[in-house]
Amino acid sequence: MYTKKKCVAMLLAGGQGSRLYALTKNVAKPAVPYGGKYRLIDFPLSNCTNSGIDTVGVLTQYQPLVLNEYIGNGQPWDLDKMNGGVHVLPPYETQAGASWYEGTANAIYQNIRFIERYDPEYVVVLGGDHIYKMDYSKMVDFHIANNADCTISVINVPKEEASRFGIMICDENKKVIDFVEKPKEPKSTLASMGIYVFSWAKLRKYLIENEEDANAKRDRGEAWSKDFGKDIITSMLRDEQRLFAYEFKGYWMDVGTLGSLWEANLDLLRPSVPLDLYDPSWKIYSRNNYMPPQYIGNNAHIENSMIDEGSNIDGTVDFSVIFSGVTIEEGAEVKYSIVMPGTVVKSGAVVEYAIVGSDTVIESGSHIGLDPEKVENRDDWGIAVVGHNVTVSEGKSVAPNEIIGENI
Amino acid sequence: MSVNYNVLGLIFASMHDSYVSELTKQRTMGSIPFGGRYRLIDFPLSNMVNSGVYEVGVITKSNYGSLLDHLGSGRDWDLARKKGGLHLLPPYSQTGGIYKGRLDALSNVWSFVEHSKAKYVILANCDVVTTIDFTPVLRQHTETEADITLIYSKGLYESEKNNCATILEFNEENCLSDVLVDPQISGECNMWLDMLIISKDFLKKIVSESTSRNQYSFTREILQGKTNEYKIMGYEHKDFFTRIDSIQSYYSANKMLLEAEKRNALFQKNSPVYTKIGDNAPVKYGLESDVKNSLIADGCVIEGTVKNSVLFRGVKVGKGTVIENSVILQNTKIGDNCKISSVITDKSVEISNDKVLTGSETYPLYIGKNGKI
Repeated sequence: MYTKKKCVAMLLAGGQGSRLYALTKNVAKPAVPYGGKYRLIDFPLSNCTNSGIDTVGVLTQYQPLVLNEYIGNGQPWDLDKMNGGVHVLPPYETQAGASWYEGTANAIYQNIRFIERYDPEYVVVLGGDHIYKMDYSKMVDFHIANNADCTISVINVPKEEASRFGIMICDENKKVIDFVEKPKEPKSTLASMGIYVFSWAKLRKYLIENEEDANAKRDRGEAWSKDFGKDIITSMLRDEQRLFAYEFKGYWMDVGTLGSLWEANLDLLRPSVPLDLYDPSWKIYSRNNYMPPQYIGNNAHIENSMIDEGSNIDGTVDFSVIFSGVTIEEGAEVKYSIVMPGTVVKSGAVVEYAIVGSDTVIESGSHIGLDPEKVENRDDWGIAVVGHNVTVSEGKSVAPNEIIGENI
Repeated sequence: MSVNYNVLGLIFASMHDSYVSELTKQRTMGSIPFGGRYRLIDFPLSNMVNSGVYEVGVITKSNYGSLLDHLGSGRDWDLARKKGGLHLLPPYSQTGGIYKGRLDALSNVWSFVEHSKAKYVILANCDVVTTIDFTPVLRQHTETEADITLIYSKGLYESEKNNCATILEFNEENCLSDVLVDPQISGECNMWLDMLIISKDFLKKIVSESTSRNQYSFTREILQGKTNEYKIMGYEHKDFFTRIDSIQSYYSANKMLLEAEKRNALFQKNSPVYTKIGDNAPVKYGLESDVKNSLIADGCVIEGTVKNSVLFRGVKVGKGTVIENSVILQNTKIGDNCKISSVITDKSVEISNDKVLTGSETYPLYIGKNGKI
């Protein structure tokens, strides 16, 4: 069969997402729910389909059960293809032995044979934990036009935030001169989005070099790493390869922390935020769970919120994102919060400035989170988090900044 | 539920189209939108799949473009199968022209039925909305060694309101004793749900016999004509059902889903109703939205007030607009400061700002597909 592809995407989905604590206890970070009906991985997968990239390798390692089941044969994203499609790639054993993925570069290195089956010109490397809508084909065109070896997607961030990101320093043609990971005094505000386009022959060469190099260092007892930003990009810059920065203008959010996950959800309710999920020309696809439409009861009071299928709302919902199959009983209040699928908020319970995981029960009279205005010391405030499959019993409360992973 | 290769499902997608002529102008009974995100055929199809019946033929008649579009390969009902799966059976009559009745239609698709390895056949229409497990019906059918098992429910029959109702009477042995079509009576009756189970061999016998006599009506020739000759038994389905036999009943059937008991009977946790996936975003409620006692499907954006209504996928409701007691089909766009009361808008209707549309509860105002006001 003719299997050659111009582009293959490799999606790094092995991250543990340890800063999401209770929410990633049993699920890989890309499977974390977002935006009422999605999971984080829906964004890169849908972007691939909408960009015409039909061959995607998903590199998994940490708690892959939910993620594997969710991806399935890739049909919801139109990625069930005769030739290509989505493939879940966990670490595997060879005659030389077995090893876990030892970094982002190593994960791709271990799957060189997967990529070579499609003999691609370009490989797009993606993360599984960013919210954005992007046409990767435009980035590939930019890469080709510049005759680049590697193109890194960047976004202009406010100067005061630049030290949180990997920063690209470019010349006037957007050629990358230098790359600094989390600089104390940033010389530029172009932050790497963790999205790369490589000319495959070049990437292959650097992956093999990095692997041999790192293994040699390990044998000598030296510090080593097999990482994209740290090793591959740095080596290519050192060798004066052609690296370009592709500036993305639009909404992009890294949901690496509980605070940013909460913000990124509520962003959907802010009219000024340019992330339109209702645009039929660039749909974000997700696996559907066949629930009936939502029912809004006689006692409901809903304002400025997003609510998904199968929910039953008879309480107050204000500035919140409610996922599928959630029940909010009469007299319950949910404000400035994210409530994930299948959760029940009983009558008289209050959930504010909080994330509540899936299939959790908030019994009546309990109080999750607090309005920052009501906290004595504002610096102590943070959102409250209740994990998946947890029961918060009657009258219990979860303080701001508190994270609950077990029944209380 | 595992797969039961012993049973073939046959769904008549166009039966009784003429009773809701407004809605079937550009579609068949089976593709009439219902309940916010469904089409009527989703209910019999899901009932079959949830009962393990994975070989289903859909008998079409005319205007079946929207039905083909909806069903596709059958994937959304898990019916894109190598063994069995979904089969669309377009109209074709041996006598020329379009078939007239169930027996005629069955005779036309007999080669498909013959090809199936199934021993039993379940027949259903699309105008009855209910959730039913066929497994106990099949068990009763085989245990009683009936020729035909008719599925019925007890319900209120009113001769002035109901159309094409078939009323069944059974003797003390649960054998069919009388069959009345649209009788001039009112009261609680055994209403046939137009569903039955029959062995393939017996179905073959009656279809070939009636074809040779140029008979086409199953109700008249078999149920009424052979009441005493064949062993025709009843199976009572005790859960909620509703029948779409007029635009008024379509309106009230949609609004019935606002009652928790009926909604929960139709949408059971362990037997989902499958439908074509629309990949719509969740519903967005605006700053001044006020929604009460309503069923809202995905992709809606609501800035105004919605009460006692059913909104299908992708409906937009502008600021200051008040919608009450209405059934708003998919992709209807309603501007700002409108007043909409007791109205059915068909698919993709557009209503511009400041319009007032009022129907009555007993006679809702219907606005046709793609209408612009």
